[in-house]
Parts: sequence; C-alpha cells; structure tokens
Amino acid sequence: MANYHFNFAIVWRYAGKLFDGLLLSLELAAASIAIGMAIGLVLALISLDGPKWARPLIAAYVEFVRNVPLLLLVYLVFYGIPSAIDLQYDAVTSFVATLSIYSGAYLVEVMRAGLEAVPRGLIEAGKAIGLTPMKVLWHVRLPTAMRIALPSLSNTYVSLFKDTSIASAIAVPELAYGMRWIETQTFRTVEVYLLATPIYLITSYAILLLLRLAERRYRIAR
Amino acid sequence: MATLIQTLPFLVDGLLTTLLVSACVIVLSLIVGLPLGCVLAFGPLWARAPIRLYADFVRGVPILVLLYFVYYGLPAIKVNLPSLLAAIVALTAFKSAQIIEITRGSFQSIPAGQTEAAKAIGLTLFDRFTHVLAPQAVRRFLPPFVNSVVDTVKGSSLVSLLGIVDLMLSLQQVIGRTHVALPLYLIGALMYFAINFPLSALSRRLEKRFV
Repeated sequence: MANYHFNFAIVWRYAGKLFDGLLLSLELAAASIAIGMAIGLVLALISLDGPKWARPLIAAYVEFVRNVPLLLLVYLVFYGIPSAIDLQYDAVTSFVATLSIYSGAYLVEVMRAGLEAVPRGLIEAGKAIGLTPMKVLWHVRLPTAMRIALPSLSNTYVSLFKDTSIASAIAVPELAYGMRWIETQTFRTVEVYLLATPIYLITSYAILLLLRLAERRYRIAR
Repeated sequence: MATLIQTLPFLVDGLLTTLLVSACVIVLSLIVGLPLGCVLAFGPLWARAPIRLYADFVRGVPILVLLYFVYYGLPAIKVNLPSLLAAIVALTAFKSAQIIEITRGSFQSIPAGQTEAAKAIGLTLFDRFTHVLAPQAVRRFLPPFVNSVVDTVKGSSLVSLLGIVDLMLSLQQVIGRTHVALPLYLIGALMYFAINFPLSALSRRLEKRFV
C-alpha cells in the first residue's frame, strides 16, 4: 500500500465513460423495472382472479427464473436463442428483455402479496357503491396494493439496479463495463475502484432514499 | 444427442466447482456473519457502528464489482490471490453482510416481553440467550437463510467471469467447442434449477411452519 502512487489525472480523463455507464445502467434498470412491473402485475392478477389452469403455468415461470442464475439467463437470451431461431437483436435489447423477465418473476410475488393484503371490506365497499369490477381494480385494489407493496418493491428495485452490472458480461457499456474498460486502458486499478464503487453506492442509496420518501408520503394511515 | 452425453462429464466437473465455491462461501459467511449479527443485535454502539457501516457498504455495491475489486483491484496493493480464493473471499464478503442482517433481524423480531419474562424468573444473561432467545431466533433465521443459500448458488455463477471453470464457464466452454448453444444452456439451467428448487421449496415450508 505504502508504495502505491495514486494518479487520478489519467482516470479523470475517462470519467465520462463512467458517467455514460451510470446513465445506461439507470436506463437499463428503469426499462426492465417498467416492463417487469407490467409482467408482474398482469400475472399476479391472473393468478388471483384468472382461470385455475393458469396458476401452475405462472408458478412454473416464477420458479424457473428465480432458481437459475441471472448470468445464465443473460447468455441464454443473448447467445442461445439467436443460435436456434432466426432472430436478431443487439446486446442492450437482449439484456433489457432478460432483466424484465427476471424482475417479472420477483415482482409477481410482491404484487400478489400486495393485492392479497387489500382488505375485503374495501373491495366490498367499492362494489356496494356500484363500481364495475374494472373500476374496483383501478380505484380501490391497485392503489391500496401498491401502497402495501411499496417497501418490498423498493428493495427489489435497488437489487435490480445492482443486477444491471451483469450486462457487462455481454459487453453492454454500462457502469461496470466502463469501470473494467478504463482499468484495462490505464492500469490505474485502485483509482478506478475508488471512483466507481462510490458511484454504485451513492446511486443505490439515493434510489432507496427516494423510494423511502415515497413510502412515507403514501403510507396508509392507521 | 451423443455429443450432449459426451459433454456431461465436463458439466459435472463444473457443477462440483459451483457446489464447492457455494459451500465454502456459506460456511465462511456463517462463521463471520453469525457473531457479527449478534453484536449488531445486542452490542454497544461502538461495536455496532463499524458492522453497520460494513453491511451497508457491501449491500450497496453489486457482487460483480466486489469480485472484480478483490481479483483485479487488490493485486495493485500487493495482495495477490489466486482466482478461486479471490472469488471465495469476495462472495463471502457479500454473503456475510446478508447473514449479519438476517441474524440481527431474527433476534430483533423477538418481542421484548420474552427477555423481560426471562429476567423476571431470574435467568442469567447466558441462560436467557441459550434457552429463550436463541431457540426462537433460529426459527426466524432459517427461512431467509435457506433463501440466501439459493442466492449464493446463483451468485457463484459470476466466478466464471474470473475464469474459474464452474458450471457456468464449463457450459460456455462446451458450447464453444460444440456450437450447440440453446440445448446446453437449457441443460445448465436445469442443473442449477435441480439444486435450487428443493432449497426454495424448503425455505417456503420452513416459513409456513415457523413464522
């Protein structure tokens, strides 16, 4: 440690790479979470209200995805599927698709727990004032379920943001990739980590803090 | 089909490495995480603060970055670890932070009345811990712990990026030679699934029984 000479100047020159990487990481996370939420919500509703035969199918999807490494799913979608069928897509699309499917499997469970926790009385009250099932869903069940699920959602969102680092394995130029790229260009290993690790740390906790504020804002008064 | 059967021994070798890495990480994380978690639940502030800081730091950074840091970063300050050891160190650093949190949560979710009642009937600190707190904490600890074992097995696939021939990298190598991608990825996925699904199911059963 004593005879390591720090040289941040060289690393600074490439700091833009880290910034662009962070932006891409956030975009990957946002896109995947948005699609994952849609998958999660629809499948949670189907498994609660839908036909019985759909339940084992949804359970199979959830169990398969949750018990297989994300890295393997990323390779499977990026290398495996195009090798078998005639379908072309770039690494970013491929990763967003994978992380969406992956997050969907986690979000189904979270959303189902949230929807199940909506008190029966609320739904009955909605019916009693003459709301259609669609309106009960939109104005009663979803807003209540979202508020109940928000704390678990926050944790899932942060861990999905961190999971975007796995996109570097298929050369998507996000933050972890930018970090390794600068390292191999400059060999200023320690400096790169001293810069990139806080970026992850601060971003993760900033996301968590924002969501905690939202939780407090939308908490159900008891 | 014949090629697939030929590749099986390679995959099984990789699978053994995956299991070895996962087992080492779990055992070491328990050794590190359980005592630190107890300190975080019961200890004085000066002891809690650094543990809290460590746990929050590790959980805010992707595992992949920790792996790269230990493998590529530490040699710059003259700490050279062979790849397998570096992988185990990095994954243990990550996993022990989770074990610390699970341990703390298991103790803190026990109602305060339990401790008060134990004090009231005159149990010593040691007796309170072994007869009242620990048995209840174990029940709360097990379901999330088993889940975190599943995460360890999944997370161990990242060691392939350091060139360790685990199940993930052995799949990649076999695919590189045979150019049979999709079926092999699916076989690999099923192998991971075969390890993890029983554990996930166990975790759910424990949760139903204990919580």
